Amino acid sequence: MSKLVVTSIGPASSVQDGGRPGSQRYGLTPSGAMDRLALAAANTLVGNDPFAAAVEIGPFGATFTARGGAVRVGLSGAPRNADIGGRAVAFDSSATLAEGETLNLGFARGGSFSYLAIEHGIEGEPMFGSLAVNARAGLGSPYPRPLQSGDELETRPASGAAERRIDLPVMADAPIRVVFGPQDDEFAEESKRLFLDSEWKISATSDRMGFRLEGPVIRHLHGHNIVSDGTVNGSIQVPGVGQPIVLMPDRGTSGGYPKIATVITADFGRFAQMSAGRPFRFEAVTMAEAQAEARAFRDLVRSLPDRMRGMEDFGLNVEALQDANVAGQAVSAVDAETWQAAVP
Amino acid sequence: MPETLIPPRLLPSGDSAITVEFSRNIDDAANRRVLALDRIITAEPIGGITETVPTYRSLLVHYDPVEISFDQLGEQLLARAARALPTTGKTRRWRIPVAYGGEHGIDLEEVAKTLQTTPEEIIARHVAGDYRVAMIGFTPGWSYLSGLEKFLHMPRRQDPRLLTPAGTISIGGVQTGVQCLAGPSGWHLLGRTAVRTYQLHRDPTFLLEPGDAISFTAVDAKTFAEQDRAAEAGEFVAELVTA
Repeated sequence: MSKLVVTSIGPASSVQDGGRPGSQRYGLTPSGAMDRLALAAANTLVGNDPFAAAVEIGPFGATFTARGGAVRVGLSGAPRNADIGGRAVAFDSSATLAEGETLNLGFARGGSFSYLAIEHGIEGEPMFGSLAVNARAGLGSPYPRPLQSGDELETRPASGAAERRIDLPVMADAPIRVVFGPQDDEFAEESKRLFLDSEWKISATSDRMGFRLEGPVIRHLHGHNIVSDGTVNGSIQVPGVGQPIVLMPDRGTSGGYPKIATVITADFGRFAQMSAGRPFRFEAVTMAEAQAEARAFRDLVRSLPDRMRGMEDFGLNVEALQDANVAGQAVSAVDAETWQAAVP
Repeated sequence: MPETLIPPRLLPSGDSAITVEFSRNIDDAANRRVLALDRIITAEPIGGITETVPTYRSLLVHYDPVEISFDQLGEQLLARAARALPTTGKTRRWRIPVAYGGEHGIDLEEVAKTLQTTPEEIIARHVAGDYRVAMIGFTPGWSYLSGLEKFLHMPRRQDPRLLTPAGTISIGGVQTGVQCLAGPSGWHLLGRTAVRTYQLHRDPTFLLEPGDAISFTAVDAKTFAEQDRAAEAGEFVAELVTA
């Protein structure tokens, strides 16, 4: 048995997969990866199912050491400086750690969450069909909590397969698309316009439950208390203070604030990767457009195996690329203290 | 005020879920409609639905937009919602033991004072109630019950507590509830039960279902302690009166 030992890691890092939908009627949140496309890309690079469990790494750096044999990994999501024992490694590609070698990952640049998939997957005991960590409910495997230094992720030895890279569409710097509802009738037309016409920023006090937005105050027509109803990933609820909160995969399954709109499925991962403090806008689309985009997103995930290439024509000047790309360390949307305080 | 909306409103919750809303308020008739629609969908599944989440006044229907569109699903949901309410079949009834007051229910005295009565009467009234699980939500096993008598209706606390104990039995607004995990709450804490409505590695993991009938019995602190040990070992502790 090979294993990847977590030799150092920051907060907001945990094992995540496609999540555990199916028990929301009992109050059990689905959890799962913040950026599903990046999870799928990392897994595809090492031949895993797209939504198999991988390590979701928060904005800070991390190091992993192979023990008991070689370990092959796939890296995707928020790019970082990466090397294995001084040998530069590119994001959106696979790499193999020989026994005893250490993978060093720097801070996330231009995003918050990176995914490290391990060839053959992570050994664990699925709960409700998932290894995803939900610290509040005591769920997740091999550890029902965020990862810490010294944790060990067991897997089978590396196959020795040739390394691959994957071409992903460039993330558009476009507005985050939403469909209005379910409670947009709790807001005046003027408030809805203000919501669409304003610049928003994600607050540093955000976590896997919700991203708080900073911008103009959005007022309700009839007050901010509604009878609790069900929530989804991307529900944009507006509490009394008028600063919206976008619900993320560790959300409560029900909520009692009016929800003005919902982030569309195809844009959810791009939204989750939005760095704190960076201005962005929302754009309303029709249901037909949102559903067409959801289908296109599904097709994109399915096309990932066809988007892989060998490393030969990659022009291995990774270090130069990385140097060119360091535009200051991005401030993450995830606040370490908030996230840790939520752990019982 | 007209309460139950027939037909219900179909509200988009993004591109992969529809909220089927039967009322804007907490309303038992609407909740029965919600649970009835939920049962009809279980009995006669619609392709593309991935899961349903009943709440007080609406049913949240998650679906895969690759399988079925908003319009197609909405049409089928409205057709099912238009059916007459099924005559109530067998209802499960649970009797849940509660240690009221003292360290287990730190707000009991204050609630009695506010309602200008004695703690004993608050307990007697709460125990006399015939409740139903209207919804489970927020955190695993948090069961919101309908059927709280008017006398016990009280606004929530001005300052919600950040941490209330696992098993808390509390009242807030027109509702009473069984809280499973420790967590924040703005409700008034009347007591605690040893019953785990959610317990990993127990079969079933979730004890209560939306629609279950609930009554409470008062137990002393010593009994609570014994039941708490039994529940930790995997016993239900709650008594299934009718199945």
